[in-house]
Amino acid sequence: MRLPTGGLIDRDRTIRFTFDGKAYAGHPGDTLASALLAHGVTLMGRSFKYHRPRGVWGLGSEEPNALVELRSGARREPNTRATVAELYDGLEARSQNRWPALGFDMMAVTQAFAPMLNAGFYYKTFMWPAAFWEKLYEPLIRRAAGLGRAPDAPDPDRYEEMHGFCDVLVIGSGPAGLAAALAAARTGARVIVTDEDARMGGRLLADRAEINGAPAHLWAGQALAELAAFPGVTLLPRTTVFGVFDHGTYAAVERVSDHLAAPPEGMPRQRAWHIRARRAVLAAGALERPIAFAGNDLPGIMAASALRGYVNRYAALPGRRAVVFTAGDDGWRTAADLRDAGAEVTVVDARPGAPALARGVRHVAGGRVARAHGRLALDEVELTTGQRIEADLLAVAGGWNPTVNLTSHHGSKPVWNEELSAFLPGAGIPGLTPAGAAAGRLTLAACLADGARAGLEAARQAGFQGQPLPLPSAEDEPAAIAPLFFVPGRASTSFVDFQNDVTADDIALAAREGFRSVEHAKRYTTLGMATDQGKTANVVGLAILAEQTGRTIPETGTTMFRPPYTPVSIGAIAGHHVGRGFRPTRRTPLHGWAARNGASFVEVGPWLRAEWYARPGEKGWRDSVDREALNVRANAGVCDVSTLGKIEVVGPGAAALLDLVYANDISTLKPGRIRYGVMLREDGFVMDDGTCARLAADRFFLTTTTANAGKVMQHLEFCHQVLLPHLDVAVLSVTDAWAQVSVAGPKSREVLRGVLDDAAPLALPHMSVAEVTVCGGTPARLYRLSFSGELAWEVGVPAECGEAFMERLMAAGAPHGLAPYGTEALGVLRIEKGHPAGGELKGQTTAADLGLGRMLSKRKDFIGRVLSQRPALVDPARPVLVGLRTRDARQVLRAGAHLLEPGAAPSTGNSLGHVTAACWSPHLGRMIGLALLSGGRDRHGTRIRVFDPVRDGDAEMEVCDPVFLDPEGSRTRA
Amino acid sequence: MLIPCPYCGERGADEFTVIGAADPMRPEPDAPMEAWVEYVHVRDNAFGPHRELWHHVHGCRQWLVVTRDTRTHAVHGAEAARR
Amino acid sequence: MGHYSLFSLLKNALTGNRHWTPAWRFPEPKARYDTVIVGGGGHGLSTAYYLAKEHGITNVAVVEKGYLGSGNVGRNTTIIRSNYLMPANTHFYEHSLKLWEGLEQDINYNAMVSQRGVLNLCHSDGQRDAYARRGNAMRLAGVDAELLDREQVRAMVPGLNMDNARFPIKGGLLQRRGGTVRHDAVAWGYARAADRRGVDLLQNTEVIGIRVEGGRVRGVETTRGFIAANRVGLACAGNTSRVAAMAGLRLPIESHVLQAFVSEGVKPMIDTVVTFGAGHFYVSQSDKGGLVFGGDIDGYNSYAQRGGMPIVRHVMEEALQLFPAMSRLRYLRQWGGIMDMSMDGSPIIDRTPIDGLFLNGGWCYGGFKATPASGWCFAHTIATGEPHRLNAGFRLDRFGTGRLVDEKGAGAQPNLH
Repeated sequence: MRLPTGGLIDRDRTIRFTFDGKAYAGHPGDTLASALLAHGVTLMGRSFKYHRPRGVWGLGSEEPNALVELRSGARREPNTRATVAELYDGLEARSQNRWPALGFDMMAVTQAFAPMLNAGFYYKTFMWPAAFWEKLYEPLIRRAAGLGRAPDAPDPDRYEEMHGFCDVLVIGSGPAGLAAALAAARTGARVIVTDEDARMGGRLLADRAEINGAPAHLWAGQALAELAAFPGVTLLPRTTVFGVFDHGTYAAVERVSDHLAAPPEGMPRQRAWHIRARRAVLAAGALERPIAFAGNDLPGIMAASALRGYVNRYAALPGRRAVVFTAGDDGWRTAADLRDAGAEVTVVDARPGAPALARGVRHVAGGRVARAHGRLALDEVELTTGQRIEADLLAVAGGWNPTVNLTSHHGSKPVWNEELSAFLPGAGIPGLTPAGAAAGRLTLAACLADGARAGLEAARQAGFQGQPLPLPSAEDEPAAIAPLFFVPGRASTSFVDFQNDVTADDIALAAREGFRSVEHAKRYTTLGMATDQGKTANVVGLAILAEQTGRTIPETGTTMFRPPYTPVSIGAIAGHHVGRGFRPTRRTPLHGWAARNGASFVEVGPWLRAEWYARPGEKGWRDSVDREALNVRANAGVCDVSTLGKIEVVGPGAAALLDLVYANDISTLKPGRIRYGVMLREDGFVMDDGTCARLAADRFFLTTTTANAGKVMQHLEFCHQVLLPHLDVAVLSVTDAWAQVSVAGPKSREVLRGVLDDAAPLALPHMSVAEVTVCGGTPARLYRLSFSGELAWEVGVPAECGEAFMERLMAAGAPHGLAPYGTEALGVLRIEKGHPAGGELKGQTTAADLGLGRMLSKRKDFIGRVLSQRPALVDPARPVLVGLRTRDARQVLRAGAHLLEPGAAPSTGNSLGHVTAACWSPHLGRMIGLALLSGGRDRHGTRIRVFDPVRDGDAEMEVCDPVFLDPEGSRTRA
Repeated sequence: MLIPCPYCGERGADEFTVIGAADPMRPEPDAPMEAWVEYVHVRDNAFGPHRELWHHVHGCRQWLVVTRDTRTHAVHGAEAARR
Repeated sequence: MGHYSLFSLLKNALTGNRHWTPAWRFPEPKARYDTVIVGGGGHGLSTAYYLAKEHGITNVAVVEKGYLGSGNVGRNTTIIRSNYLMPANTHFYEHSLKLWEGLEQDINYNAMVSQRGVLNLCHSDGQRDAYARRGNAMRLAGVDAELLDREQVRAMVPGLNMDNARFPIKGGLLQRRGGTVRHDAVAWGYARAADRRGVDLLQNTEVIGIRVEGGRVRGVETTRGFIAANRVGLACAGNTSRVAAMAGLRLPIESHVLQAFVSEGVKPMIDTVVTFGAGHFYVSQSDKGGLVFGGDIDGYNSYAQRGGMPIVRHVMEEALQLFPAMSRLRYLRQWGGIMDMSMDGSPIIDRTPIDGLFLNGGWCYGGFKATPASGWCFAHTIATGEPHRLNAGFRLDRFGTGRLVDEKGAGAQPNLH
């Protein structure tokens, strides 16, 4: 029920929502959990394995039980914790992992088999017959497991990322966090304060404490107002710092619009923060842990501090008759708050001699809860004495676990503190100081003081000066504790990990079976592996394991906390790198021209390249490609080759650098001439091939393959800076500076004559370069070289002139039949000419494999020289480049097929090589290809079996020279 | 992880590529095959401080020798590889 | 120690589960063993098991510095497959897959071997041809492989991003016999089976030295004293270089961190293992409902079992390229394993220049799926002193001869494999 007064909710406004189709109402400030509790709804979910009814346990993100499917359709969010879901008008939530209904779940029948379904049972059975696992057992298990359902459509919402920089990052905005932030901000430091809650203030909002003689939440408000007024302070509510990474980098996620029905126009749903902080203060507080006893998972049983929070912050009291089961003083605060809210309260204090700390409540000193009774919710609490107390609420105060999680993200384990019966931060992380409850200071005045100290110290370490913060007046509550983790009894229903249904029995079984290491026990029982990652379960589980194995808790050890602190949406981390924005798309300077002229584009690494230019009447891509290729051989074609890597190497040391980088000689190249070059890796295999034009004695222009442009550039810089640092040379990537086209075909000279301002350079021999002007003064470079085997030039113009140049070129070429050709025709032309490219340059071939062995210089050192001579790299049986010719126009040849001796059985040992490239050759009227074939040079003219079982291909074809066209090169030199 | 580039200041590791150990020196041209095999393939794989080559590929494009502890990722310094 | 079965479950359930016995003993180290295996992970435990089972060598200790299975066997994405191109890999991993197929009956432990298929997506014509080459190589080796076209992929994997991808899905290479295995259970199953055959599993026992005299191994120094052995096998991937250095060996291996991730549990949404071809990403769904996925290594040498956000971002971006509906799911946990990255991307199972000292390492991304065959081949190598035909390609001298097993053609740069 909702209390008539109190709470930090806006009672003037009503918010309507549904849970499992039933309508409810709440107020701004409510969470789904608080609003349901205010309606007396305690049953909110079903557990993972036994489908036991479950209600809210906690107040915040640690919640293991109350998981719901929030929203619907493409926005469905499975496993959303009701305790952190803020209400909005029209909110829809459904319980999950139950059938047919939350109140009547047929799957709960599994409880009857619980003795067989204990820890690790699945490792011991389902083995016979073997085939039944995939067909029968596993599908059943998979359907029963899982929690909520994933959305069934792509996410309609947007995400973004933000980089934050600060001197002091304060994680958590409770008393310690606010004091830390104030102390740091007053020094002038840039401060970022995060809190996972929508409203900052932490426990100051949930407890009836006083600061400066007034309710503590008022002080929180003042502190926040002061912080907000500093220009260097950023307050980030609804933001969880979920991971600590190297060198002061922190990852956080801000839930920008999750409290709304849908993100407003232009707003993201969530925002990932990558924060670099010189120093950080971890003021993440502490979480109350449960006590394991029989039936401790019934709805109505809650963490005492959580129940207190629901009463104080939300004015929600989900029952009337309350039992507080406490191991320390803290439970008494809940008792007092429940009493004042109008509940009948019995305090069962496990400490025999502990005094009553609240009046007006019944007190069972030295009592222990043995068992909770009820079906879908708590009815009755049974003590170890047999005494039974009717109750609809049971608040459990088992002691506090400081939220040390982030301090473990670099591998340092928390350390057990006997006095506090809690794990405290271990060696931690450089630059990250725990403060307040996270550091084991579990009372209000201590938190304020510790936070102020930590905040000032962090600011000072970040280089700021300041005075200690005058502390507000507050008192330390009684906080004595006598550790109690479990009450022996029916261990099979004494739950430790609520969500994963791990019981005290399971842990005992694990210990009995030799899973005594804490990591073994965790993995064997799945303790701490649910969506709450053991925030509530771990310490209790550890204590039981310690007892079972006759060790102390520190001897037993602890498991690691890993990021993320709470589960994080995958979309938030991916940010805007989704859909077609996954990776940048590079377009060539001629992209627009190509698009206007009918090009289809294909992804080539980051680039979009024109693959062909369809014309009306062409029935399929082959029609276009055949026409383009034939036109190059008959007339002239133009192809955009701007994507080739282009690098200038400039300086007196340029030739020496390139002599190291290329396997063939470069320093002997004369200015004005071009040489085909091969680069090896240091391990002796081919890295890349391309052309190297010497523009002047100290200036070279290199091209690389499109795929290797970045790698070659990096390699050149490595060779220069690391291997030959004494050379005076600069290496510049100029790929984006040039629009470059290949003009190829017997009529290409005539075509170019129409755009060159001075046609004389067209007379230069094959493999020459000239600096020219085109179209009336536009500077350009003219490279006479050929990939197609035809008379050809490449022309480079400044990128911004590319499209205009293309228009002029096409106009000049029209009388000569000039037509653009795309990458498909380019591929056809190069296969016909036997030039190695992508399929042959896979990092597994040597220069000799590709027929380029003679290029390896004997007169100089070069990268890869020595290791290219290793025995396996000069083995005569290595596959070498050959051509393959189909026997008639109907035979199909595909890259990827393997090659076998005709008649040989298909086996790994009999594979002689594979087809690296294949195409329909319009010139030859059949399919042809290139292949790497063992003993290939001796096999020209013989038949080989082309074996392609994954595409049902198996045929004999003819091995031939890889150059199908004009082996003498007379066309190129025309 | 942050790499203190001597030219650009502390930058996120995602601006860099790293190729591993900086200490193996390219053998003299007439060194025996074994020396080359060792240079290209064999590594100390240090457990602790490790001198390694990072390239500020999305920055100043300088190759750096970064000394970094492989146990903790703590960076002890960075200098240009060209010295 | 009892046999596991439905009957034993029932019987124990009726007696309050009080009579289950430990899955393995906690023995005191003996002064001498025939063979000491360094490393109580998947590979070390399977080696011990196969030494006992296949070669009758039972006077064996497995020395483990932490708890059994504390290394990469419990830190991977649980995928098994044999869809390799290079013959040495294809045959070795196929042997592994065959051992996986009979493993559970063999060791009487349900490791949930689930042959739900492994589908490698391709995104360009060139990549499809490369997959065809690989698929054909598999078929030549007697391994199942199918090349799917775009529509077959769409039909097989609902929810894939077929329409709004930066790199369109053009098809895929499917190995139906590939799948997943419950990783921890592999370590536990082998441990229990090896223990039952008499192998001593020495947990919390760290090797701090390898005693070598006259070029022969004599045993290992441990935190629990010296243990003598004529044969010592190293199966401590991630730390191979450190342990080998105790015997004065330098290796073609670097240690790198590989991160993996698991999402919150959801009802079944991905039925097969799917890998992304325009990046480095692989995902499957566990029986518990969590999506288990991973990507590339972080790229720098590391012994810290944690990685950085840049790779996390890449992995999440790649996840959404494949399955846009994963956007609103949350990832629950991330962890890092330290991997031996070898210089050609393939493992080493061989003798070493020191008599009696054997090496198993360099697993790169392939360690988990190799677990049975790795142990099987290593056991053979230790027992006979010579590599088996199946691991003859994984010799240490291949870097000198150039007989590399470089599946990707990435060359001698470990972080590119």
